Amino acid sequence: MASAQGHTSAQLAAKPVIDFDRFRPTRSSIRARKRRNALMTGLIALSFVVALIPLISVLWVSLSKGLKRLNWDFLTHNMSGVVGGNPTATGGHGGILHAIIGTLEVTAGAMIISVPIGVMCAVFLVEYASGGRMARAISLLVDVMSGIPSIVAGLFAFSMFAALVGPSTVNGFSGSVALSLLMIPTVVKTSEDMLRIVPGDLREAAYALGVTKQRTITKIVLRTALPGIVSGVILAIARVIGETAPLLIASGFIASTNPNLFSGRMTTLPVYVYNEYSQGLAVCGPGSPAGCVAGIRMERAWAAALALIVVVLVLNLLGRLVSKVFSVQEK
Amino acid sequence: MSKTLAPQSATNMAEQNPQGVDPDAVSVSVDVSAAPAEASAAPTAPSPGRTADKVFKICAWSAGILIFLALAAVTIFLILRALPAFTGDPAVRSSALESLSGGRASNFASYVGPLLFGTILIAGLSLLLAFPVSTGIALFITHYAPRKLSTALSSVVDLLAAIPSVIYGLWGALVLVPAITGFWNWVATYLGWIPIFAGPAAAPARSVASVALVLAVMILPIITSVARDIFAQAPRLQQEAALALGATKWETIRLAVLPFARSGLISASMLGLGRALGETMAVLMILSPGFSYSLHILQASTSQTIAANIASQFPEADSMGVAMLVATGLVLFVITFLVNFLARRITGKGVSK
Repeated sequence: MASAQGHTSAQLAAKPVIDFDRFRPTRSSIRARKRRNALMTGLIALSFVVALIPLISVLWVSLSKGLKRLNWDFLTHNMSGVVGGNPTATGGHGGILHAIIGTLEVTAGAMIISVPIGVMCAVFLVEYASGGRMARAISLLVDVMSGIPSIVAGLFAFSMFAALVGPSTVNGFSGSVALSLLMIPTVVKTSEDMLRIVPGDLREAAYALGVTKQRTITKIVLRTALPGIVSGVILAIARVIGETAPLLIASGFIASTNPNLFSGRMTTLPVYVYNEYSQGLAVCGPGSPAGCVAGIRMERAWAAALALIVVVLVLNLLGRLVSKVFSVQEK
Repeated sequence: MSKTLAPQSATNMAEQNPQGVDPDAVSVSVDVSAAPAEASAAPTAPSPGRTADKVFKICAWSAGILIFLALAAVTIFLILRALPAFTGDPAVRSSALESLSGGRASNFASYVGPLLFGTILIAGLSLLLAFPVSTGIALFITHYAPRKLSTALSSVVDLLAAIPSVIYGLWGALVLVPAITGFWNWVATYLGWIPIFAGPAAAPARSVASVALVLAVMILPIITSVARDIFAQAPRLQQEAALALGATKWETIRLAVLPFARSGLISASMLGLGRALGETMAVLMILSPGFSYSLHILQASTSQTIAANIASQFPEADSMGVAMLVATGLVLFVITFLVNFLARRITGKGVSK
């Protein structure tokens, strides 16, 4: 301490001459800094515009191209008996009824599996294992699970059903299992967040009245958090309803309507879009009927894509609306 | 209070636990109106909620453990199905690989190598494109846009995430590729002296560069949302201090926001990378596949990714072929697992808040 003081006093005695003018900003340096600031502001605003281009383009193109085929006939027929670009007996060119039914069933299956598991896991994390080593390990795993590639989820469901049921079992339920693997992490994360913002006072009040833990959780905590959980589930559904790759592997493709989730191949909307796209142009030779459209598959793909976008966006809006209208009042 | 609560909570129970605790859920929702009286009347007698309590606790614990089991099951079943690819008859194995790779690979390492290279190349390029833009957007939302606007802008970015990947694939293949072919030609002509831009550019541009562009759009929202949360947490006082010392807005961000956000940004970009590594549909629909270690991102048929390769080969593969494809899927799973694990580790306890 003393030596340090001595040091500084010696330095002070030396009185170094500091030329403060050297640090005075020159007009050119101020201008340069201002220019740089303006440049970065411009770039940062520009990055937003850049991101808007694909969004607007995707929405605009699917709207303009999809509306061409998205009519009642398209929504109420499946693809059985549709040959190339030839018109069907009803005057349409096939449709997505089977894909809509398949999407609803497969997604409902995924929901039934993942919502109880996800919500109970969140309950476990918040109410039972709060902050412990187990809880930390599980939330890390849930995070990691949310990064599983969707195609790996499909391979998993396929492998599991091949091992448990029989080789090359392909059905809608197998797709549900694949989707639930992707859905569980989202449900857990959102439910966990919602359970955490339920005030501790509510729990304590319930315990003080002698209410058991299970009743406190189901009647007080989950009830308070319900709107948030519902909106989280809706958003999770919106995410998995557009998944293609796992269903391509686990549920396959079929042209006719298959109402049975547990047996036989099942088409969903995204798989339908991919399948129509991957088949390319239809043949409209000299012998084809009058209404033959060569590009019909792309038109069907766009129409189905538009239907899918509408479904996904409506679900997203619904989820947001639920969470906004019923949100827990935070201080 | 309990009277108004009872009918709603009965439906609530039915929604919350469609499978989990059926018998207890029913009994509890039936006797809910009597519950407070019982609880106060006989504190010493075993409460009727005791067993329900236990069952519920077991359910919660098993749901937690199920997460472990699910990940273990993924690994186990994938290994089980992929096992023939390593232990099967060597002749069958090499013939399966030759039919999968068009005769260009006869052992597993030489089959998965180019695919792995393609996967990492495409994901890396898309990250390179998406990272600056999404950092910019996150800064714009947190530090430039007025408060009311910024929530609207956030939801606009979330819209990007909501659009299914198959639609990005469709858009990329039918809208972007025809539109961008001319531009890639221009790049190949004038910047062709840079090795990665060497021509001739593919026409139509079903090349690595176009795919990377589409993937960049797809991973943009996830990087943006994580970066936005990190930027929003940057210490307010340091920023105000920088402003008070006469720093410009950009200097404030560079001095007080970016250093604070560094680890968060790394983790965000790894999350984006993880997403890009596993993306299937856009690659499958846009890229014309190749099978080589080529860095020429504008040329035709140079690379393919693991995920897209699985999706394209799976329907026609025989039993041994499926085993090979599942084995490549296992490689992808391990890589994305590591990337995601590291991403969460870097920021400590996760970044979801």
